Amino acid sequence: MNLYGIEVASRLWLGTARYPSPAILSDAVRASGTDIVTVSLRRESGTQRGGQNFWSIIRGLGVRVLPNTAGCHSVKEAVTTAQMARDIFQTSWIKLEVIGEVDTLQPDVFGLVEAANVLCADGFEVFPYTTDDLVVAERLLEAGCRVLMPWGAPIGTGMGLNNIFGLRALRAHFPEVPLIVDAGIGRPSHAAAAMELGYDGVLLNTAVAMAGDPVLMAGAFAKAIEAGRAAFLAQPMESRDIATPSTPLLGKAWLE
Amino acid sequence: MQIIVNGVEQKLRATTLAQALDELDYGDSIVATALNGRFVAAAARVSTALANGDALEIVAPMQGG
Repeated sequence: MNLYGIEVASRLWLGTARYPSPAILSDAVRASGTDIVTVSLRRESGTQRGGQNFWSIIRGLGVRVLPNTAGCHSVKEAVTTAQMARDIFQTSWIKLEVIGEVDTLQPDVFGLVEAANVLCADGFEVFPYTTDDLVVAERLLEAGCRVLMPWGAPIGTGMGLNNIFGLRALRAHFPEVPLIVDAGIGRPSHAAAAMELGYDGVLLNTAVAMAGDPVLMAGAFAKAIEAGRAAFLAQPMESRDIATPSTPLLGKAWLE
Repeated sequence: MQIIVNGVEQKLRATTLAQALDELDYGDSIVATALNGRFVAAAARVSTALANGDALEIVAPMQGG
């Protein structure tokens, strides 16, 4: 898929938080086959330098970095964080999060659109973490976003795709816009379901990092996403209420 | 002067943001900075003066989803 002029092969993007160890994080990234990982910015101590060690590990993986504005609850916070991210990572990409509600970590879609307008005008290439609301999606595209990242379910819940109808409608309304399901994925079957809807990719973190075996789970997600994509391209049959025999009745022996 | 560095008040001799990073032992660390809630680019740190009571945020890459 093409994202802001960059051809990206991987349809599985991985977050880098909550892994049992840096080594397992590295192995999980490799097992996933991803070429995009998300990172954040947090306070750094001049003496402890924990962030420097982390950054050294990420650079060693040879993957593209998508910085986020995680934890920001206002437009000002998110815009300033994006500016700091661009300064450090030397990329215009920013995964824009403006959180509006503490319990669900639901995006503040009004702040999100406002921040997207500011950042797009400033040359950022914005990946907005949003809901499945069509009108908000339209506003984000008008702001200059060229990719949308609707949630499957609240961050870290692992509930999967809470609103299939909304996600399907979003896909149908914006057939040319790269759509990435971001957040709420818990199992590979959830990711496969998103891909079967025609989504272009899935971004997840906790489902891999908190699995009993994160490396094995990263590989499982990679296979599920590949299968879901192939299934979408293969055009699945329509479901129906009435059974139809798959084995032909013609030629069946008369045994009464 | 008294500067609030990442939420902790500290007494610094530095008069610019670049000097403050040196004094706080950041060395060649990869960090981004904001002063009183406003982003300060790496290239602007040398010319960014500090004032008593300023709030300085210094961040680095970290795990994120």
